[in-house]
Amino acid sequence: MEPIVSIKNLNKTYKGGFQALKNINLDIYPGEIIALLGPNGAGKTTLISTICGIAKASSGSITVDGKDIEKDFRDTRSLIGLVPQELTTDAFETPWVTVSFSRGLFGKAKDPAYIEKVLKDVSLWDKRDNMIRTLSGGMKRRLLIAKALSHEPRILFLDEPSAGVDVELRREMWQLVHKLRESGVTIILTTHYIEEAEEMADRIGVIADGELILVEDKKSLMQKLGKKQLMLELRQPLSTLPDALKDFEIELRDEGYTLVYTFDTQAERTGITTVLDTLREAQINFRDLSTTQSSLEDIFVRLVEKD
Amino acid sequence: MNLHAVNAIYRFEMARTRRTLLQSVVAPVITTSLYFVVFGAAIGSRINQVDGISYGAFIVPGLIMLSLLTQSISNAAFGIYFPKFTGTIYELLSAPVSMLEVVLGYVGAAATKALVLGLIILGTATFFVDLHIQHPLVMLMFLVLTAISFSLFGFIIGIWADNFEKLQMIPLLVVTPLVFLGGTFYSVSMLSPVWQMVTLFNPVFYLVSGLRWSFYGQSDISVWISIGIIVFFLAACMAAVAWIFKTGYHLRN
Repeated sequence: MEPIVSIKNLNKTYKGGFQALKNINLDIYPGEIIALLGPNGAGKTTLISTICGIAKASSGSITVDGKDIEKDFRDTRSLIGLVPQELTTDAFETPWVTVSFSRGLFGKAKDPAYIEKVLKDVSLWDKRDNMIRTLSGGMKRRLLIAKALSHEPRILFLDEPSAGVDVELRREMWQLVHKLRESGVTIILTTHYIEEAEEMADRIGVIADGELILVEDKKSLMQKLGKKQLMLELRQPLSTLPDALKDFEIELRDEGYTLVYTFDTQAERTGITTVLDTLREAQINFRDLSTTQSSLEDIFVRLVEKD
Repeated sequence: MNLHAVNAIYRFEMARTRRTLLQSVVAPVITTSLYFVVFGAAIGSRINQVDGISYGAFIVPGLIMLSLLTQSISNAAFGIYFPKFTGTIYELLSAPVSMLEVVLGYVGAAATKALVLGLIILGTATFFVDLHIQHPLVMLMFLVLTAISFSLFGFIIGIWADNFEKLQMIPLLVVTPLVFLGGTFYSVSMLSPVWQMVTLFNPVFYLVSGLRWSFYGQSDISVWISIGIIVFFLAACMAAVAWIFKTGYHLRN
């Protein structure tokens, strides 16, 4: 499958000499949701801004639907919708006016029925004639999404879509994003919220210090880098581990009542059987057992720290 | 060409004027009317004719030019500065629009507003003085060229400015004094030779003089020089705007 967005050797250095992006290479495929994770100042917004034409690349190339974003800017930009991180709106306009303006700006003829649909999709139809400054933060965020969707883009960039949004609204937004994906829209989102990436993304990209550390399918990333833990709740507390278990990644918690064995899910042998056999031989009984898997957040923190 | 975008920007800007009618239209009309009352009727009645024209009628072209220049500049400067200030400029920068289309939208709207206002002030003037325009087409050409040129100039100021003070600085501290010292209220022949020479370095003098010629068929300087100056200024502003879009100056980081 041909990528809908292809980034090759992209570098961006600001006037002051700060290099915000370092040799970024990334292919984004039609219909997928890719989440770009990274700490503050990692370069996520710069990357989005460069693809959308707001910032100029220092070197490298970006194509959208096979076309260069500089040479064929009309074709490429008309495919893209952008929801910025900041709540930047025309305070003295109405949702109807500003969404209609966005549609025209992106070269589309007036279509009141479509504007109505978009405003209804983001639950702002009732507020269509209200001044934007009277809307809540969540409504403004949804309005920015409506503006980005006003010209029926095939690619949607969401820069920190959940920033300052309450939990309920965040869930509503996730539903909207899923619905858009079902209609064939490719979605690229940046986020601080690992939960958001975990919930929505097909692939995860991690950016730190302007470098794309990895891009991986979310499931395989979690499998590859995810560790599992076996938790055994003991009948009697242990003060020290039996010698036979010293070679395993085991620790005692809860004053010796809980034994935690961390194992690699991808290893040829997990070692679970050996651990359990050893406990039986040492006559260490347990009343309950459970397993937990590391979250994307754990993986992210580990990756960024390692880097 | 993305005509939908040009139309969207133009209509958006014109709608802003309709929302702020008091500030955009009523205030300048009242201010200009006060000039007519004070300089035309009160003081003007005690001044002899200037170059064979009653003083009240003599100042009409200059007052129209004053409004045209300040309104062209402020409308265009505010039009492009406000999206920068609020951050909504991201949409313009990421849209499939060319330099020409952005300029057509913003400058077109600013020039239209200034022109309409200029014509309203012309209409207002007829309540105070008897007017007979000898060359109406030339007058219209001057008004259109001036509105477009100075809207372009305002657009440049709007991009250059990074705060409201800078936005107001040139219209208030440069343009208004130039208009006042450009022969709006007097004929340059009334000045001493030294000040006549100084006035020749004031570009607004040529505009006022040219517009006055279109009204009364006489001016301080040849109308062709006036036309040349305004065309040169228009070309210089277009070149500056082209450079801004090419380099992304104050727009794309």
